[in-house]
Amino acid sequence: MRVLIGLGVLVLALFFASLLIGPAALGLQQSLRALLMGEGEAVVLVMREIRLPRALLGLLVGAALGLSGAAMQGFLRNPLAEPGLIGVSPAASLGAVLALQTGVAGVFALALPLAALGGAGLAVALLFLLAGPRGGVLTLILAGVALSALAGALTALVLNLSPNPFAAMEIVFWLMGSLADRSMQHVWLALPFMVVGAALVLGCGRGLDALTLGEDAAASLGVRLGRLRLQLVGGVAALVGAATAMAGAVGFVGLVVPHLLRPLVGGRPAALLPASALGGAAVVLAADVAVRLIAPDRDLKLGVLTAIVGAPFFFHLIWRMRGGAE
Amino acid sequence: MAALGFAAVLGAGAALAAPARVVSVNLCTDQLAMLLAAPGQLVSVSWLAGDPRSSVMAAEAGAYVANRGGAEQVFLLRPDLVLAGTFTSRPAVALLRGLGVEVLELPPASRLADVPGHLRLVGAALGRAAQAEALVAEFEAGLAALRIETDQPLAAALYQPNGYTTGAGTLADDILSVTGFANVGAAAGLTGGGILPLERLVLAAPDLLVTSAPWPGSSRAEELLRHPVLEGLRAGTAERRVSDADWICGLPQILRAVAGMAESYREVQGR
Repeated sequence: MRVLIGLGVLVLALFFASLLIGPAALGLQQSLRALLMGEGEAVVLVMREIRLPRALLGLLVGAALGLSGAAMQGFLRNPLAEPGLIGVSPAASLGAVLALQTGVAGVFALALPLAALGGAGLAVALLFLLAGPRGGVLTLILAGVALSALAGALTALVLNLSPNPFAAMEIVFWLMGSLADRSMQHVWLALPFMVVGAALVLGCGRGLDALTLGEDAAASLGVRLGRLRLQLVGGVAALVGAATAMAGAVGFVGLVVPHLLRPLVGGRPAALLPASALGGAAVVLAADVAVRLIAPDRDLKLGVLTAIVGAPFFFHLIWRMRGGAE
Repeated sequence: MAALGFAAVLGAGAALAAPARVVSVNLCTDQLAMLLAAPGQLVSVSWLAGDPRSSVMAAEAGAYVANRGGAEQVFLLRPDLVLAGTFTSRPAVALLRGLGVEVLELPPASRLADVPGHLRLVGAALGRAAQAEALVAEFEAGLAALRIETDQPLAAALYQPNGYTTGAGTLADDILSVTGFANVGAAAGLTGGGILPLERLVLAAPDLLVTSAPWPGSSRAEELLRHPVLEGLRAGTAERRVSDADWICGLPQILRAVAGMAESYREVQGR
């Protein structure tokens, strides 16, 4: 509980930092008055229509990715499971890009998150089939590498074939992610999917706890593995799909956060799920503040920062697993 | 000045023997050549000249072979003069020069006052100085008629997909300055092109927003132009959708862009 409160305070602080930092230099008092009381016409627009949706999406996207990472690691009992690395986010990007470029998303706004959800869902289902609890670390990573490469290549192909000259420049957005210039419409579009996804995944806590004892023991405790899997696939697909449709594929968040927090919650998957959601939110909000401090006018991609921090961490994990095997 | 001196030297040379086969590989030289060349003198223009999104002479370009600017393709057209921009592929220009082809390189126009010089330069190179002078006179008279002088310019923001804007030292900035507008991009400290963050645009609260017509297909770059905050801004701001082609090159046709902005100035002023 203390861990959750501490993380909550951290998320709250970063949320306000995200609201207060931006290319337009606004005073602290001026910003808060505009946001809360609606004083100052242009400043109100900046705070309520540009900074608020950005901070809210940072919170939601981070929570979704942290939660998904913890859930996948728990179910696969595999420390390297992470939506961005093993192809779930890239597949969601592909779904979103298809919805946008075919024009379906223009006719029917929900088509964008739904298509991303579809892409993510297919990817998770495929990975669980190929590398279920008995599949082992190597199978999962290999399947994930192949899936990431394929989804990334197809995304680039679709964008290169678009009649819009700007579309090809956005390949890097769909593969690296950014929260720049999003609006409240994006928040409202993502929110219902995230709520449903979070409810599904958080509901798996008891099953994941039982699964740490092994599949047979879990079954004897009344956990139905098939149902648990279905619920996780649906939940992760909704979370990652909605996050990716709005912010592109941001990697490594779901990898790093559960690892950092696992010792603090005593290694129980059920306790790790809410903690990872808060931790993921903190990481994405911090990364999004950092991109604005490093290059305020350049839209530096979120995935650049999360990879710079996350990839060395990944090396560290591989090194430790290697040590354990010997 | 240096350009004019160069033109004089080149003009003297060109008077001796006007090139018979001219190939242009740059959108702006394409259009200058189409305006100035004698019938049959111009053989090929770049493929962009035929694209109505970029070229104001797309229909005329259909009469010429379209090239992609590669040295091999251009050389096989056996040109005795190639017109290129200074930003045209350097290796292609070097290769053509190495093969003994004369290449005239034209810098991009960065202000309206460059237009007469460019017309004269290309006119001299093609041995069509008289045609160039006629176009210069027409251009200068047209510009003088459209020019708006004011002590209190209105604020205009050029806002393109991705938040791209044009700052000081550009043709677009000059068009704004002769039609009674102050460029928000230049005021934000940008020289040349650059990104104007959405929140800084909102705080600048311009009197006029200048955007371009959307492309087919979808992109985040253009989605930015439909951001709700811009809808809010539009309540107090006029908007003009312009055709990119009119603004790109320093041609006499740039007066269309000038005329459009002069019209917007009167509209906003009359509010």
